[in-house]
Amino acid sequence: MENEKDTIAAISTPIGEGAIAIVRLSGDEAVSIANQVFHGADHLESVDTHTIHYGKIVEPINQQTIEEVMVTVMRAPKTFTKEDVVEINCHGGLASVNRLLELVLSRGARLAEPGEFTKRAFLNGRIDLSQAEAVMDLIRSKTDKAMDIAMNQLDGKLSKFVNQLRQELIETVAHVEVNIDYPEYDDVEEMSHDLLKERTKYVSNEVERLLQMSRQGKILREGIATAIIGRPNVGKSSLLNSLVQETKAIVTDIPGTTRDVIEEYVNIRGIPLRLVDTAGIRETEDIVEQMGVERSHQALKQSDLVLLVLNYGESLSEEDRKLFEAVEGLEYIVIVNKTDLEGKLDIEEVKRLAGEQKVITTTLIEDEGIKELEEAIADTFFEGEIESGDLTYISNVRHIQLLEDTLKALADARQAIDEDMPIDLVQIDVTRAWELLGEIVGDTLQDSLIDQLFSQFCLGK
Amino acid sequence: MTTYEAGQYDVIVIGAGHAGVEAAHAAAQRGAKTLMLTLNLDMIAFMPCNPSIGGPAKGIVVREVDALGGLMGKVIDKTYIQMRMLNTRKGPAVRALRAQADKPLYIQEMKRIMENTPNLTLRQGMVERLLIEDGECKGVITETKAIYRAQSVIVTTGTFMRGRVIIGDLSYESGPNNQRASVKLSEHLEELGFDLVRFKTGTPPRVNNHTVDYSQAEEQPGDENPQHFSYETTEQIIDQIPCWLTYTNEHTHKVINDNLGLSAMYSGMVKGTGPRYCPSIEDKIVRFHDKPRHQIFLEPEGRNTDEVYVQGLSTSLPEYVQHEILQSIPGLEKAEIMRAGYAIEYDAVVPTQLWPTLEVKDIDGLFTAGQINGTSGYEEAAGQGIMAGMNAAAKALDLDPLILDRSQAYIGVLIDDLVTKGTNEPYRLLTSRAEYRLLLRHDNADLRLTDIGYQMGMIDEQRYERFRYKKQLIDEEKKRLQKTQLKPTEELQAYIESAGGSRLKDGVKAYDLLKRPELNYDVIEQVAPVEQELPAEVKEQVEIQIKYEGYIAKSNQQVERMRKMEVKRIPDNIDYDAIHGLANEAKEKLKQVRPLNVAQASRISGVNPADVSILLVYIEQGNVAKVAND
Repeated sequence: MENEKDTIAAISTPIGEGAIAIVRLSGDEAVSIANQVFHGADHLESVDTHTIHYGKIVEPINQQTIEEVMVTVMRAPKTFTKEDVVEINCHGGLASVNRLLELVLSRGARLAEPGEFTKRAFLNGRIDLSQAEAVMDLIRSKTDKAMDIAMNQLDGKLSKFVNQLRQELIETVAHVEVNIDYPEYDDVEEMSHDLLKERTKYVSNEVERLLQMSRQGKILREGIATAIIGRPNVGKSSLLNSLVQETKAIVTDIPGTTRDVIEEYVNIRGIPLRLVDTAGIRETEDIVEQMGVERSHQALKQSDLVLLVLNYGESLSEEDRKLFEAVEGLEYIVIVNKTDLEGKLDIEEVKRLAGEQKVITTTLIEDEGIKELEEAIADTFFEGEIESGDLTYISNVRHIQLLEDTLKALADARQAIDEDMPIDLVQIDVTRAWELLGEIVGDTLQDSLIDQLFSQFCLGK
Repeated sequence: MTTYEAGQYDVIVIGAGHAGVEAAHAAAQRGAKTLMLTLNLDMIAFMPCNPSIGGPAKGIVVREVDALGGLMGKVIDKTYIQMRMLNTRKGPAVRALRAQADKPLYIQEMKRIMENTPNLTLRQGMVERLLIEDGECKGVITETKAIYRAQSVIVTTGTFMRGRVIIGDLSYESGPNNQRASVKLSEHLEELGFDLVRFKTGTPPRVNNHTVDYSQAEEQPGDENPQHFSYETTEQIIDQIPCWLTYTNEHTHKVINDNLGLSAMYSGMVKGTGPRYCPSIEDKIVRFHDKPRHQIFLEPEGRNTDEVYVQGLSTSLPEYVQHEILQSIPGLEKAEIMRAGYAIEYDAVVPTQLWPTLEVKDIDGLFTAGQINGTSGYEEAAGQGIMAGMNAAAKALDLDPLILDRSQAYIGVLIDDLVTKGTNEPYRLLTSRAEYRLLLRHDNADLRLTDIGYQMGMIDEQRYERFRYKKQLIDEEKKRLQKTQLKPTEELQAYIESAGGSRLKDGVKAYDLLKRPELNYDVIEQVAPVEQELPAEVKEQVEIQIKYEGYIAKSNQQVERMRKMEVKRIPDNIDYDAIHGLANEAKEKLKQVRPLNVAQASRISGVNPADVSILLVYIEQGNVAKVAND
């Protein structure tokens, strides 16, 4: 059941059409939510209504910049919905718009239902009577379309998997319910806190895995944001050229994306790498020198992967060490290039600095080592081969949100167990998790719990 | 035979079972001149099935009936042979009281109260027809041709409508326990256009107490310090009687399997739908064939009777097979059957034909309550009875009707489920049916409903005053604990540790200390002494409200969301066919259920969120029109 007064958000420009995308928020919290993620000269909560502000969208937790934006603040009642409305205009592609949406959802907005802005406009008296039918048509068609999309995204494997998890949860819940409704029924042992914890832990892990896969799915769709760094003349350009030559530049099917964006996509064994210009690989030669360790670390954080290139022919310099500092805690691969030269680099020390991260040796001039690099990338992100047929990933923002809520509910349940709360209270959150998963596969009927109860146990007088 | 005018009333109640007595009493209590008609005045509030009242969810309904001024709690408190609080090791929301009843005493006590209820007339008689004029119910006609007139009529005929008892291949027309079946009324309801369904239930054999070898069974005693259903009960019954537990075994199961073809359930004689939660022993053996044994509880039917109810052995097998089954069970080898078990089929009204007030949608002034509405259980009947009684009186006297919502009472859950979703088997309340079960506790039934009972004229001043005093004490104590700051002195630390708690890091409010799972109010009372010791029920309330505050708050938020949809009322004259965009399935369901508000509409299966949105938009058109005309 939707809450009429809460703040809703959605991407309000057609996906894949046009270079500018708008994330729109409507509701009492619209301005304060936008303000939490907005960094600019103006404090959005104190600006005049119907004004536009330039700034950046920054992830509040890790301070990572997501996008440069223009934000329009419009206060009630002179807005489309007659509520406070904020529109965030960004020029990025699908990926950054999605991140922006996820970000405002994580700050308390709720994903709008199909046609909900229009519905609110109507309910708040913004649209007149004659348009009522059009509104209903819109809700119906948008809902059906959204359901079609959701259904298409939900391939058989995924819904089967979610249903298995739900079955696990409902059996657990039914077990608790039997203990409650039939306290003298001695056929089932009393569901213990330990057992309940074990079962919820199992489901948590599986949901976690699903989310992990959804991240991989995202990588497949959006590419691994990859930065190449290294001191001048270590072979960064050769690396770029090798990668681009090796594969063909991916031609995205997103209209409106510019030519140079396309150029920066390369395909490694089916994994798209999106070569990010964070480090200014072509313009500036040394990121650390340019920005300092700390700031370059922040900048590099935007990437999913950093390729750190070293020169085999030279011993490890102070700048190289700084590069290692800058990538500390990030996902990176060390490429020791120019192995055709006489080795002056202390490979052992490089390995020690790299720790868990992979070290590859290449001679890019002769195209040697590229295969190993590709393998290392595939290993890092997909633990080996990608069998796309085997990857059931979730790409729908709503689904990801539901999975995250499920994890939260299960975590609440485990916390209650740790606090030794009575089992029927712990169960509230387990049931909630079951309902949330049900929203993914489109089933939240309370009756199925009761069906489960009576099919699982032999009860009665 | 010619008819005669036998009297004019405000409310007539047909039937005097657990729904009927509450309905008649409530109507009279609200000030309506009330007539209760029953087939047999010796069988008022008879328990045709197990001799027990209460249990999870059901026991809370009894508390709710009592908080609203009803009878079931008072009467069982006066006549029980055993009382137990169940689920004591679980959370407060699922604790529930269950009593073993003394069946004959229960009837006597109920009859005494009914006879002494002002505004209430008791009369024996079989109703055959209703007087319906222009879609309004105006009274009833009995088989002896007496015409009783009234503004409202409540039908509480239980399992009597076209009742049919089945034992093996024997089958005959009968109400429960060989009382007369009510055939004509059922046919009459069909003529009036009612949608009826055929349901089935059953009972086990009763055996003679003197022929049971209890040494082979496990004793199930009552609580040492019995609690009570009614907020008015002050006296405990000291000499409780135990129940006994024994088990079926492989031999029992073989007897049943060998004779399965003779069971009315499996020979195809029974057409009605039975409840899954109350399966016959045949059903249990067939559906759960890998279970080596099933529990059998031996429950005395009263202090002054030898009959013992064999709970767990409900069956429609022939009598001689019932003997064989009993002989296979430890303790019952020599048991003599006093009454054989039987299955009973009966007609029930499809409850989606009712408004949430339990008034029939298409016939003004006609109400139905209890097992006729497709429920099972004495408590479910009583809960509907009291609501139908209050609402029928309200209709007759032009007072406000009362609908309890799902967050106020199990009674609200029960009635909402029935009228919104219907039921395809006899409906039993379970705690899992209540989404706000943490709010619907045994302990707070009075806090939830006494105000309402008082407003309805069901609760007298004296009781209401006591209730208000209790509420005041709870509030004051919570405030006091909120204000009491405890310093982490060595003495306090030592005490907390001795009570099983971990040491304090800092000073703490007594209120927050009580939130710790390992510390109860007794501990808090020691470290933050109160001037005058509080009554036990006040302490309990304070502890529960504080300790589970977080969960209670979460539930309350959910309720708030529901309430927002509940205030969006659906106009009576809405034409679902004319609403653009509603799915056909939703249209059909909405036309059938005719929900009062959007919250109820959203609970109908087959009405999806898009339909609810469209409905909202449609309803809001009226408001929009106002805005447009400004």
